[in-house]
Amino acid sequence: MKTLSAVLGMTAVAAISLCSLPAGAQTYPERTITMVVPFSAGGPTDTVARLVAESMSKDLGQQIVVENVGGAGGTLGAGRVAQADPDGYTILLHHIGMATSATLYRKLAYDTLGAFEYVGLVTDVPMTIVARKDLEATDLKGLVEYVKANKDTVTVANAGIGAASHLCGMMFMSAIETPLTTVPYKGTGPAMTDLLGGQVDIMCDQTTNTTKQIQGGTIKAYAVTSPERLAVLPDVPTAVEGGLDGFQVGIWHGVYAPKGTPTEVTERLSKSLQAALQDQNVVARFAELGTVPSPADDATPAALKAKLEGEIARWKPVIEAAGQYAD
Amino acid sequence: MELFSNLALGFATAASPENLLFCLIGVLLGTLIGVLPGIGATATIAMLLPITFQLEPVSSLIMLAGIYYGAQYGGSTTAILINMPGESSSAVTAIDGYQMARKGRAGAALSIAALGSFFAGTVSTFLVALFAIPLTAIALKFGAAEYFSLMIVGLVSSVALAHGSVVKALAMVALGLLLGLVGTDIYTGTPRFTLGIREYADGLNFVAVAVGVFGIAEILRNLEGEKTRSVLVHKVSGLWPTREDFRRMAAPVLRGTAIGSALGILPGGGAILAAFASYTVEKRVSDKPEEFGHGAIAGVAGPESANNAGAQTSFIPLLTLGIPANPVMALMVGAMIIQGIVPGPNVASEQPALFWGIIASMWIGNLMLVVLNLPLIGLWVKLLTIPYYVLFPIIMAFCSIGVYSVNSNVYDLYAVAFFGFAGYLLVKLRCEPAPLLLGFVLGPLLEENLRRAMILSRGDPTTFITRPISATLLLIALAVLVVVFLPSVRAKREEVFQEED
Repeated sequence: MKTLSAVLGMTAVAAISLCSLPAGAQTYPERTITMVVPFSAGGPTDTVARLVAESMSKDLGQQIVVENVGGAGGTLGAGRVAQADPDGYTILLHHIGMATSATLYRKLAYDTLGAFEYVGLVTDVPMTIVARKDLEATDLKGLVEYVKANKDTVTVANAGIGAASHLCGMMFMSAIETPLTTVPYKGTGPAMTDLLGGQVDIMCDQTTNTTKQIQGGTIKAYAVTSPERLAVLPDVPTAVEGGLDGFQVGIWHGVYAPKGTPTEVTERLSKSLQAALQDQNVVARFAELGTVPSPADDATPAALKAKLEGEIARWKPVIEAAGQYAD
Repeated sequence: MELFSNLALGFATAASPENLLFCLIGVLLGTLIGVLPGIGATATIAMLLPITFQLEPVSSLIMLAGIYYGAQYGGSTTAILINMPGESSSAVTAIDGYQMARKGRAGAALSIAALGSFFAGTVSTFLVALFAIPLTAIALKFGAAEYFSLMIVGLVSSVALAHGSVVKALAMVALGLLLGLVGTDIYTGTPRFTLGIREYADGLNFVAVAVGVFGIAEILRNLEGEKTRSVLVHKVSGLWPTREDFRRMAAPVLRGTAIGSALGILPGGGAILAAFASYTVEKRVSDKPEEFGHGAIAGVAGPESANNAGAQTSFIPLLTLGIPANPVMALMVGAMIIQGIVPGPNVASEQPALFWGIIASMWIGNLMLVVLNLPLIGLWVKLLTIPYYVLFPIIMAFCSIGVYSVNSNVYDLYAVAFFGFAGYLLVKLRCEPAPLLLGFVLGPLLEENLRRAMILSRGDPTTFITRPISATLLLIALAVLVVVFLPSVRAKREEVFQEED
């Protein structure tokens, strides 16, 4: 019912604000802002969004309501925002999938680079290369040797095509130049269950999903994909330390607004995002998830734009080489 | 002894006035949304998530858990009264519960559902407390091959859901399986049967299909003529189950509790089967199988208990592994993370007050539900006396809001409309919706696990019979098939069929 009234409200105010856009930009925000998360509630992206939205609400003096528009690898939610009124009252929080879906989907309902204004980067969640706990290899080097020696039987789990774990798995296979059997699951939960049960061998997934399992000793961690070791997993070396040159993958998150949103508005949102990323509560919660907020100069429209363009170019050849598309 | 000190800690946490209040709010809200057709626990918990920021972690989780099992209780109310199941589990309750209601025994059906659920909830809560950790080890033994074989058992048993023609039941299962294929193939990313509509990329929404084929179809059928419409109203006799009813519900409740508890611990979709499996078992062991589909008490008591037991034990993978078994659990994981508790294998040792507090609150919540719901039964039954021209539009409105609120996807509403008409057509053709729904929920799981098992075994189909658990399940499936085609059972089935004609 909340959704319904929000929709009614949005339509009404959208009609009014169309007539008075310039004035609106000066006093923005005057009412509730909807932040679309293109994944289901309760997932890692949703968690990031809710933490940030709560903190940004305090700074803006208006509530930011998170609305989950899941489906089709995040492209439905992104498409929704692409078509929304560019008044700053509908914004999008999306992750690396914004860049990869530009290649994974050959037909998108929106133009990835042309349909959005940029607010800023939020965080870059590191990935971890993990395996079932009874796998014999003791370090990343040993893992790579084991994988190469048993390349016909080793299985790599992922949470479905386009998922972070799918991207990282592709990256891993291309880094060690050994194609392996991939086993897709519907989401991280079932994939992790089978890894815990030893039904599959390895997975590369976000720290959000793996940290507690690693700490609990239910799975083995071989590497983190960030440039530095992580405070929550101090004993796990980086992939580069472990011998995989240039192997850095992060699930970066960014905030977007529909194309045509006034610059004053995106600047205001960007300033509020920077404030949220300094919020001690946000910093602490992010740390528990094994990640850190983006620095203030990355939480800017220019930095996000550059990141998106760079990442589209980076993933295009990897996805095309794998030849696996999502449509 | 450790168990007692743990439980004492749990009850001390859960019984603090504040937590009792949140538990009550949770079960009240849960019952309310369960009773409103189409609005599910997932949508409600998603909406309430921001509110829980301000609460203590344990209070917010107690409240969210309360919403979850409160909705399970409430959901059977609509299934029984207006043939409108909100979840796969209550689809089974609708079969016999709604027939009981049509015979004027809505009150008895509701009481049986509430009492059965309470018993199941009590037993399974203690199972969670006692065996959560060893049971987890069993759940982890279930790989793709085992899930595939489990789904085969479910599918084979589904024929028992039908009370008419076996051929029609099989056709409905097959149709359900096909509908379940709509959406993106997770192995190749190819969209299938989506008609090019991106909104169907993740498949048809279960609530939309269920509300359509059961509820909307039933409304359309009722609108046919004045005569059928008055059926519900004219004889509402006895709100309470008779002594005879109690005698007949005892065994089904026990069996349902056992089945539900066992299937609930499997995170890969075991709980979905609980109600269906219990219904099948009850119909098999009953000395009056011809009553099923015409208001059999065992057909309400068994599945309702199984469903509630499964709802409780499905907390096991969440509490011991940090892995959500269904979308509602996923939301609870989200709530925990936002509160700064990242669920994982160490929750029980790192946060004993939270872990045992939630377990204790489950039992308290179940007690509150039964105390709350039994007096309300009279009120729910009175709802049936509301004139249809008032009731129908309200039901339709809530359905639409509920279905839309899950994913804010307007195509889900089109699906409700389409399946409403399709369901009406099926009613006219005397095809039953329950086997269709079972096929619909099992189809994707069956395919997913078959293909995954084949990938993991490198294309070797013997994996299904060389793995002991899988082999045992397949043997059970075979046994069920044999029973279905045994002459005596067949003869009974024919009888029922003729009776209907």
